[in-house]
Amino acid sequence: MISLASTILSTSDEEPAVEPITAVVSAAEAGGLFEWFWLLIAFPVFGMLVLLIGGRRTNAWGHLLGTAVVLVPFGIGVALLIDMMGRAEDQRSVVLHMWDWTIAGNFTADMALRLDPLSMVFVLLITGVGSLIHIYSIGYMSHDPDRRKFFGFLNLFIAAMLLLVLANNYLLLYVGWEGVGLASYLLVGFWQYKNSAAVAAKKAFVMNRVGDVGLSLGIMLMFVTFGSVAFEEVFAAAGEADGTVVTLIGLALLLAATGKSAQYPLQAWLLDAMEGPTPVSALIHAATMVTAGVYLIVRSNALFDLAPIALNVVLVVGVVTMVAGAVIGCANDDLKKSLAGSTMSQIGYMFTAAGLGPAGYVFAIFHLLMHGMFKADLFLSAGSVMHNMNDQLNMRRFGALRTVMIVTTGTFFAGFLGITGVPPFDSFFSKDDIIKSALSQNWLAGIATIFAAGLTAFYMTRQLSMTFFGKKRWTQDVKPKESPPVMTVPMIFLSAGALFGGLTMVYLFNLQEWLTPITGFTPGELPIPDWAVEVITIATLAIGVTLAWRQYATRDVPETPPVNVTPLTVAARKSLYADAINEGLFMRPGQHLTRFLVWFDNRGVDGIVRGTASGVSGLSNRLKLLQNGYARSYALTMVVGVLVIAAIFIVSRWV
Amino acid sequence: MIEFPEIQWLQLAPVIIVLIAGSIGVLVESFAPRTARRPIQLWLTFGALIASFAFIVIVAGSFELVVGGSMAVDGPGLFLQGTIVLVALLSAFLMMEKNLDVAGDAFAPRASAMPGSEDERQFTALRYLQTEIWPLFLISVGGMMLFVAANDLLLLFIALEMLSLPLYILAGMARRRRLLSQEAAMKYFLLGAFSSAFFLYGAALLYGFAGTITFGGIQEAITGQGSMTPLLIAGMGMLFVGLLFKVAAVPFHNWAPDVYQGSPTPITAFMAAGVKVAAFGAILRVTYVAIGGAAWDWRPVLWIIAGLTFFVGAIVGLAQTDLKRMLAYSSIAHAGFLLLGVTALSTEGLAATMFYLLTYGLSTVGAFGLLTLVRTETGEATSLDSWRGLGRTNPWVAAAFALFLFSFAGIPLTAGFIGKFAVFSAAAASGAGWLVVLAVIASAIAAFFYLRVVVVMYFSEPTGSGPKVVVPSWSTKMAVGGGVAVTLVLGIFPQPVLDLAQQASIFVQ
Repeated sequence: MISLASTILSTSDEEPAVEPITAVVSAAEAGGLFEWFWLLIAFPVFGMLVLLIGGRRTNAWGHLLGTAVVLVPFGIGVALLIDMMGRAEDQRSVVLHMWDWTIAGNFTADMALRLDPLSMVFVLLITGVGSLIHIYSIGYMSHDPDRRKFFGFLNLFIAAMLLLVLANNYLLLYVGWEGVGLASYLLVGFWQYKNSAAVAAKKAFVMNRVGDVGLSLGIMLMFVTFGSVAFEEVFAAAGEADGTVVTLIGLALLLAATGKSAQYPLQAWLLDAMEGPTPVSALIHAATMVTAGVYLIVRSNALFDLAPIALNVVLVVGVVTMVAGAVIGCANDDLKKSLAGSTMSQIGYMFTAAGLGPAGYVFAIFHLLMHGMFKADLFLSAGSVMHNMNDQLNMRRFGALRTVMIVTTGTFFAGFLGITGVPPFDSFFSKDDIIKSALSQNWLAGIATIFAAGLTAFYMTRQLSMTFFGKKRWTQDVKPKESPPVMTVPMIFLSAGALFGGLTMVYLFNLQEWLTPITGFTPGELPIPDWAVEVITIATLAIGVTLAWRQYATRDVPETPPVNVTPLTVAARKSLYADAINEGLFMRPGQHLTRFLVWFDNRGVDGIVRGTASGVSGLSNRLKLLQNGYARSYALTMVVGVLVIAAIFIVSRWV
Repeated sequence: MIEFPEIQWLQLAPVIIVLIAGSIGVLVESFAPRTARRPIQLWLTFGALIASFAFIVIVAGSFELVVGGSMAVDGPGLFLQGTIVLVALLSAFLMMEKNLDVAGDAFAPRASAMPGSEDERQFTALRYLQTEIWPLFLISVGGMMLFVAANDLLLLFIALEMLSLPLYILAGMARRRRLLSQEAAMKYFLLGAFSSAFFLYGAALLYGFAGTITFGGIQEAITGQGSMTPLLIAGMGMLFVGLLFKVAAVPFHNWAPDVYQGSPTPITAFMAAGVKVAAFGAILRVTYVAIGGAAWDWRPVLWIIAGLTFFVGAIVGLAQTDLKRMLAYSSIAHAGFLLLGVTALSTEGLAATMFYLLTYGLSTVGAFGLLTLVRTETGEATSLDSWRGLGRTNPWVAAAFALFLFSFAGIPLTAGFIGKFAVFSAAAASGAGWLVVLAVIASAIAAFFYLRVVVVMYFSEPTGSGPKVVVPSWSTKMAVGGGVAVTLVLGIFPQPVLDLAQQASIFVQ
């Protein structure tokens, strides 16, 4: 049924760079394993179908199947990576054409998948971190009666995200994009009996819709401008297109990306999305969803390179979110929300890097990969804490948990090392690259990245000390103990990633070289020596750590938040008034508009409709009287009909 | 001396098989023992229909006049004959059902017994089953098949009577509510005879005009003479009366609701689908082959009749509370849409109309088949109220009925949408855009009463002690399932059949 004709795309990458490098089609057969990479998506889809259609019958083994259908693709992904590494650099992009998908008229989009070094990285991140989160969920959700359904949704999430990163055209990407949105809605609202969860799910969904409008506008613009939505064709044609249109497309894609990746101005859903079960938070924050926006921008680098205005807007969005997210993270007493602020901030780093153009795309993906590991680790550790503290999240009621949860403390600490950028752990490499790249392109952005690094150190130290150090401030009813191995083992794996991922990527794998054919790379020139930047950064980190340690580990933490604080703290506690702004600017005017529309619909539209309906039914009842049951009057009607026909003939003759 | 025309047996086989089987059926009624009759008749009927369909497939692609030019074997004829045979097959499945009514099948045990008489009670108690319906049915099917192939006025008239007379009788044979059934038969017969008179008179006038009864000859006369004589115009007008009566076009439609309601439901299904296919086949052939040259004269007539038909069908349908009557008005509205396709007078219009007939015919049989399932002690419960909450109590029945209704309403992903779309676009291309706009408005009005049934089925509480859905035997399931399959498949994947209709859309002259 599916005709599997594969084509290899060759990429020419030798030019050192100002011009973006775009793929050029050359047909060649992709043999062996590469014919089968559609299985990456097929497995989780299969799992989802079995779990959701099979219903209660699959309760007993559903979670195992759900985990297996993500583990197997991870295995396939590793095999594909090895195969791909063995290939010449220009043989690494493979397109798998499955079938033609004609939507309407000449608007076609091939059902085609694409595996290249960029999507490869994502495949491994999604399936790898995804597998660990699935395993962890077996334990975390063990008491939930709907665990099977939960795994079904998780599989949907993974499948949609894989489709998103493997699509070979924007339309198919859009399908995955929407699938991710749907899955996140289902998972954030998984405990929909909790009002807050239902509201949070709705909020996430609505804000993502706003972003999705951007994506659909962008795709429409592409089709109108280039006559195609396939990656290569769009990128190849972008050079000749009108610059304004390309800028508009770039801005539309950016709007989409801010929605999915929780960047300003569509960031507000992320904090509320913490209402979902913690594995979901980990999945949304680390492996899937929020990384989609970064992927979209980096994938579309050929377009953004031609649209410097759009690229600058990306930079601004990134810098603003990077700092604002960190500020929110510093003041929130809710452990998960503080981590959510941190996610915003870290994704902001990636946007900043992407906004730097060819000098930063690679580092955006590098940091994304690192973030995937340390953030998943942090979230799962936070989930482990929460699991043993009766689902409480207020850090003011934690403290001294290191005494009872030694593994969790260790894994959280690993995540801490990974995120803050202490040498030689994950962020030390990825964040430093971003800082240097930013300093080389735009000193303001560079300073902001250093400042945000200091804030990161502050809020992470604050979390660490309020949760695991200091004195016990537990509520009466909790008896914390260590989580079961099914939860701690994935956490340990992720800790390893958080500690050694950076080293691996720089010294063993060389991610930068790996990605350059796809994203292009132009090294920037630093105004000051490398070592100076590193010294400044580490000094900033030290300041952040010291301030937080003094405040939250050595002094007593009050069980209720202090009242007499600076206006900045007040603002940060309220997430920088994001909700107030949204409500004032959009929700209330929107409500007035809908109220007016409802009024207009009732009076105006419905008035006409009802009037017509009652008119027609009146006519209907009158005409019904002609149907009186007497054959004689029916015959009479026929005679009238004959006369009518005659009349028409005569009239049409002589008119 | 009369010259005996050459007979092309192979090309005639589809029709002949059905007619011979019908004649044998009559003999079976006379000579076979009572208990043996039903099995023999069933074998005869189904055997004949299947064989006939097989021969249609065999002779497909033929393009010639046979029997001295009085009958055509060509694409449209064979396509519509095939449609008629399929409709007849599904209807026969409904007719043979005997699990639904506690007393037997849908037909009176002896038509001759007075309603309510002692005789009738005895026949019912003895569980007699009527078997004369089968030869009548076959002869009617044969008449329909001739009707769409007739290429001269005389054969056209004979076929008209052949298909109609058995139906008049069948309409009066309902087991339940026999008086209503007999009244329906009587009305149908009287008005049918009335319309036949017009038809015959029209045929005579056309002969007077052209000096020949063959369609080709009439066409030649029209193109040859140049000027339109009153004979031609009066002849065409009266011929139309007869044909439009059969398709229940306004204002010749009054019989339809009464007859549809009174007849045994399997026969209603057969009538609503088969007669419509046959009569439209005849209208298409007459308009394209015989009087196409006078299109400027008759087109306005059909436009206005079409407009009247779909508006009256849609609007009066709104006020119906009985599902059988509602479907009758729905079929009137559909006749209007089909007439729109006729007026296109192009190959696209022809192909579209034929496709529409196929989909409409098969889903109509299915829809009426579902009507036989919801019953009380005393027979079918066809009032809208009886179907309350069916979506909850009998999801399959409700879903199938909803599908048919969606198709009738022309909602995408059903065959009805494709048919309507094809017909409307052909009509618009032929310059009747304004009428298409009106037709779309009428469809919107009609959609209201279709969807109302869906609302009643799915959004009202079931009545606790109301009518029940009786589980039918395999034969009704076949009929309904066939309708569902066609409605779905042709809605999602119509291209092969559209192509087939397109290939078949040339008349032999």
